[in-house]
Amino acid sequence: MGEFTVHRVRFFNYVPSGIRCVAYNNQSNRLAVSRTDGTVEIYNLSANYFQEKFFPGHESRATEALCWAKGQRLFSAGLNGEIIEYDLQALNIKYAMDAFGGPIWSMAASPHGSQLLVGCEDGSVKLFQITPDKIQFERNFDRQKSRILSLSWHPSGTHIAAGSIDYISVFDVKSGSAIHKMLVDRQFMGVSKRKCIIWGVAFLSDGTVISVDSAGKVQFWDSATGTLVKNHLIANADVQSIAVSDQEDSFVVGTAEGTVFHFQLVSVTSNSSEKQWVRTKPFQHHTHDVRAVAHSPTALISGGTDTHLVIRPLMEKVEVKNYDAALRKITFPHRRLISCSKKKQLLLFQFAHHLELWRLGSTVATGKNGDTLPLSKDADHLLHLKTKGPENIICSCISPCGSWIAYSTASRFFLYRLNYEHDNISLQRVSKMPAFLRSALQILFSEDSTKLFVASNQGSLHIIRLLEGSFKHLHTFQPQSGTVESMCLLAVSPDGNWLAASGTSAGVHVYNIKHLKLHCTVPAYNFPVTALAIAPNTNNLVIAHSDQQVFEYSIPGKQYTEWSRTIQKQGFHHLWLQRDTPITHISFHPKKPMHILLHDAYMFCIIDKSLPLPNDKTLLYNPLPPTNESDVIRRRTAHAFKISKIYKPLLFMDLLDERTLVAVERPLDDIIAQLPPPIKKKKFGT
Amino acid sequence: MAALEEEFTLSAVSLGAGPDGLLGVEQSDKTDQFLVTDSGRTVILYKVSDQKPLGSWSVKQGQIITCPAVCNFQTGEYIVVHDNKVLRIWNNEDVNLDKVFKATLSADVYRIHSIQGTEPLVLFKEGAVRGLEALLAEPQQKIETVISDEEVIKWTKFFMVFRHPALLFITEKCGNYFAYVQTFNSNVLSKYTLLLGQEENSVIQSFTVSVDRKFISLMSLNSDGCIYETLIPIRPNDPEKNQRVVRSLLLKAVVSGNARNGVALTMLDRDHVAVLGPPLPASKECLSIWNTKFQTLQTSKELSQGTSGQLWYYGENLFMLHGKFLTVIPYKCEVSSLAGALGKLKHSQDLGSHPMPHFVNWETSQGYGLGFQDSEPSKRVLRRRKIEVSVQPEVPASEQLLSTIKKDSEKHIEVELRKFLAIKQTPDFQTVIGNIVTGLLGRCKAEPSFYPRNSLMQLIQTHVLSYSLCPGLMEVAVEKTDVQMLQLCLQQFPDVPESVICTCLKIFLSIGDDSLQETDISMESVSDYSDTTQDEEMEKQTAVLQNGLSAEEDNGHQEKPQAAAGETTSCPVIPKRAALLNAILHSAYSETFLLPHLKDISAQHTTLFLQYLYFLYLKCSENATMTLPGIHPPTLNQIMDWICLLLDANFTVVVMIPEAKRLLLSLYKFVKSQICICSELNKIEVSFRELQKLNQEKNNRELYSIEVLELF
Repeated sequence: MGEFTVHRVRFFNYVPSGIRCVAYNNQSNRLAVSRTDGTVEIYNLSANYFQEKFFPGHESRATEALCWAKGQRLFSAGLNGEIIEYDLQALNIKYAMDAFGGPIWSMAASPHGSQLLVGCEDGSVKLFQITPDKIQFERNFDRQKSRILSLSWHPSGTHIAAGSIDYISVFDVKSGSAIHKMLVDRQFMGVSKRKCIIWGVAFLSDGTVISVDSAGKVQFWDSATGTLVKNHLIANADVQSIAVSDQEDSFVVGTAEGTVFHFQLVSVTSNSSEKQWVRTKPFQHHTHDVRAVAHSPTALISGGTDTHLVIRPLMEKVEVKNYDAALRKITFPHRRLISCSKKKQLLLFQFAHHLELWRLGSTVATGKNGDTLPLSKDADHLLHLKTKGPENIICSCISPCGSWIAYSTASRFFLYRLNYEHDNISLQRVSKMPAFLRSALQILFSEDSTKLFVASNQGSLHIIRLLEGSFKHLHTFQPQSGTVESMCLLAVSPDGNWLAASGTSAGVHVYNIKHLKLHCTVPAYNFPVTALAIAPNTNNLVIAHSDQQVFEYSIPGKQYTEWSRTIQKQGFHHLWLQRDTPITHISFHPKKPMHILLHDAYMFCIIDKSLPLPNDKTLLYNPLPPTNESDVIRRRTAHAFKISKIYKPLLFMDLLDERTLVAVERPLDDIIAQLPPPIKKKKFGT
Repeated sequence: MAALEEEFTLSAVSLGAGPDGLLGVEQSDKTDQFLVTDSGRTVILYKVSDQKPLGSWSVKQGQIITCPAVCNFQTGEYIVVHDNKVLRIWNNEDVNLDKVFKATLSADVYRIHSIQGTEPLVLFKEGAVRGLEALLAEPQQKIETVISDEEVIKWTKFFMVFRHPALLFITEKCGNYFAYVQTFNSNVLSKYTLLLGQEENSVIQSFTVSVDRKFISLMSLNSDGCIYETLIPIRPNDPEKNQRVVRSLLLKAVVSGNARNGVALTMLDRDHVAVLGPPLPASKECLSIWNTKFQTLQTSKELSQGTSGQLWYYGENLFMLHGKFLTVIPYKCEVSSLAGALGKLKHSQDLGSHPMPHFVNWETSQGYGLGFQDSEPSKRVLRRRKIEVSVQPEVPASEQLLSTIKKDSEKHIEVELRKFLAIKQTPDFQTVIGNIVTGLLGRCKAEPSFYPRNSLMQLIQTHVLSYSLCPGLMEVAVEKTDVQMLQLCLQQFPDVPESVICTCLKIFLSIGDDSLQETDISMESVSDYSDTTQDEEMEKQTAVLQNGLSAEEDNGHQEKPQAAAGETTSCPVIPKRAALLNAILHSAYSETFLLPHLKDISAQHTTLFLQYLYFLYLKCSENATMTLPGIHPPTLNQIMDWICLLLDANFTVVVMIPEAKRLLLSLYKFVKSQICICSELNKIEVSFRELQKLNQEKNNRELYSIEVLELF
């Protein structure tokens, strides 16, 4: 396959934000996750846990609660006192409405999904009616003394439980008055703590209220009498979250020690109808606070300060022992945060509120496989570009020539011109961006850096011609009538003639840039697209999907290529299909048209289309170099997929030229080092 | 044990066998008579016991026999094929083969198979199979092609499965082997690919087969000299599909890897195979009998004049070409059992010189009743039936034994029991054993003097008893203060109640050293098993003592150790008692139920036991892994749990006893030091972590590097 010089980059100092809330939607099997920086991500659990959508964060919008209502409408509420509804099609915020109760700590949608309840700092519980396109304030419940930190509806919708500080209130929804107030013991391991915060409540249909609190207790209350039924002390620290399954036969709690406990309703003795809640399984997949848990029919989902989203399937609920039965730990976003200028060997790193531009170093030495070469020039940090305003960056891009940088937040689009004079670099903002260029989901420069392609969140694609220090709007492709789906992925052909764009669900559209019209649409596939690229010369469009399938589509021929058909007929190697992170980037070898480079977080692969495809019997990944094998055997075992797992977690990889690769790694240890220290636990003696 | 008897040659004159040897040796319809077909033109009928030919037939000059002659067991006629397509059928009276019945077929015949109980089958080279009758009705009928072009039939076998005939044939194509199983009751042909595993380069040289209820076990002898076994299901799951079967190594290097001449393999019975070939590269050829179950060479015989690499086995005779002579070696075998191998199985000699293996024992009880060998199957089954029949009419052995128990003497019961146990387990073995024990105990209750100790010991060692199956057993042992029995029960029973454990503990602690020594003597004289454990325990004990050089002064209360234990004086109890106490430590219990009973133990015994436990604990803490030496010693957790339990139960008492004071003090010291260590460890944990971090950083590479990567 060949020898490469690899720029191994570990200075991308990216730290994902901690997870604050998770909300599972049973109807669409999707999971909404909000992070401490206000970002909201949507994971499609049916599509191999792919992060198919995201809403950028905002400095002032700390999300404290997240819920699905009315089927598939997503709401969040936060400490700025606003309730926000998200537009899942256009990928922007539909509206934000102030609840006028101070910071909002909790939110719950009614069992039928038509009402929304928020718990505020001032101790009020507010009921909102969900109308088809907005929400409408209905009334306040009896105001409590202190903030309402948790809320739960009775499945019939007649009562609610609200967790506050030191007590739990049970409200009658009709009258809005508190019918019970259940005081929680402040004692913590025999010592009276100052306060006991009820972090979570769950109201079961038999009238039981389960509460979790800062004293490490899981308590069962009888809401009819307002009495404590049972008490489980499960942690030395706060129990911060609770989620109950739809059948109410199991629930999950998360603690500040990073432990997740599974409780199940089991028969007291075999074949007796009397059942009781038993703590069955502890899971320690987190190092830090588990701030949020969710319970899907088949899995426990947890997330917290350590930024991992953990999906732990319940083995007894998993019918087929396939790859879905494996534990998933999602740490990195399923999109690209890095772009690269091949010509100037520059890397642009995207952070939440700034961009960093680095120039790669160089070496004159050569070596053999595995050698680290002495640097003749180290990598340079050229630029640190801070955004203006509180909004997070959605996307960014550097042009292949290295002279343009573009990025976008939710409301503004920025374009910069870079000038290099020897070692000096000057930055000039291109002012007066047109009004339609307000927010972009994806930005892309053409190979010759003369055109800029912008996918806006209204589904339209803008083409802008770049001139020295200015620009000219060339054309806008409007979305197909009737669709408002936004395009999240773009790819342009190296000859500049074709532009491919893909949304989250519909097929990939291919536009002819010369004639400025839609050329064709690649048939829609069941699974979302995770990466797109157009090959040089052949103009074959390579598409990677979240179920790990890779298709090759000939744009001029408007059909799948022969190779793609062959591999679909034969099927991918089972180990290839079992990888659990999506392919996030595809690129091509400039000199070898048969080679495709693609990577996910744990491997990169060069597919050599000229070699035979591997079948399930062949070894897909062979980490050992062939040493004493004869050439014959090597040729016989050689197959099209050349895989390397040396660099991981791999956030970006590209071919700078035919012999040079750049790999951006983000070791997990470096992320952990930047997190606050976890709760200290005794290791020796108990 | 398998044995080869003196060989004898059949034909005084050398057969016209070329380098290819014989075409085949087949049975005729009369026992002791065999049809031998040479690779030229002649078929000879031999009577083996008389070592002389009974008849000989030849085809015309220019014709050549292409398939070994067989006997049609239904008619008594002989069948042979010459020139691939011409079928001849004759009987003993015929003289000239030229004049007998002749049928010319439309395709080349590979082989004709004939076994007793069914009509002969004709297998064509293309893989098609026809019954003889159907074929003779229309000789020129069209024969279809079953196997693919380059496939060549290598080996074939015809046998009965559940009274239905089945044909297995192996084909080869470019080094790949395929097995076809044709069953005739359902007329299904299933194809299997034999996966050779890692030994892909080796060539299969010989096959043999045996059948049980579910599988055809195909053994193959490879050019690497190893025997492999492949299990082919009799009933294919999906006959349409080409299924794969994997083979596993059965015996390694039975013949030399690169034998010049052919090697051959044939299965003698379930556990024995005969292998023909040189055992070492340079050595002469040998006929060896291997036991596949125990992987041992049973016997072998050197064949100095070389062989043709062919081997047939019928009845009790092995046929082979030795030099230029057809040689017969009679073979005898009894079913092997481990007990037999060790010389413990009492062979019932009443069968005398009858060469038949005692098949009744293992196979019928394990459900192999329908299995048979690869040769003379129908006869074999019949014979076995006969033996079964001869056993069945009698009262089942267990019932006999039960009646014995009711009246006979201990000695007699013991002998009978041994006999019974020598016969291997039937499916209801557990219930039978349970019944026997109950019977014995019933008689014990009725007759106070009756105590069949040895029999009971033997029964316990069958590993099928549990406390709940015979609750009276331990009761009786307690009554008789039979510590050895109690120990055995504690070791074997998974479900001894806590109260009984406690009773045992009391006995073990209170029994005098003198009487312990006595039991020792009696134990030695009776049971090997308890002997070995005793020995193990002793060894372990001495090992402990040898390791523990420090004689613990803390142990105030000490007893004279046994002389065998040497001058080490630290153990507070003698090794025999230690062994008994260890049995207690190993048994399962639940604290709640054990605690009340522990309170009944006298203060003196509590102290003694505590001392012993403390002693064990000291021994444990002497090495880094915190374990005791020896086989199956008590674990640290068991020791600690028992210390805690004892103290919990008897704390007030122990505190009051002056001689326990030292012990308590040292225990207290130990606990205190442990707490100290833990808190110190907790204190320096942060430093540990920093060290770990430093270590990691060292391994961590720079933030930026340029490396060389070669993709293959």
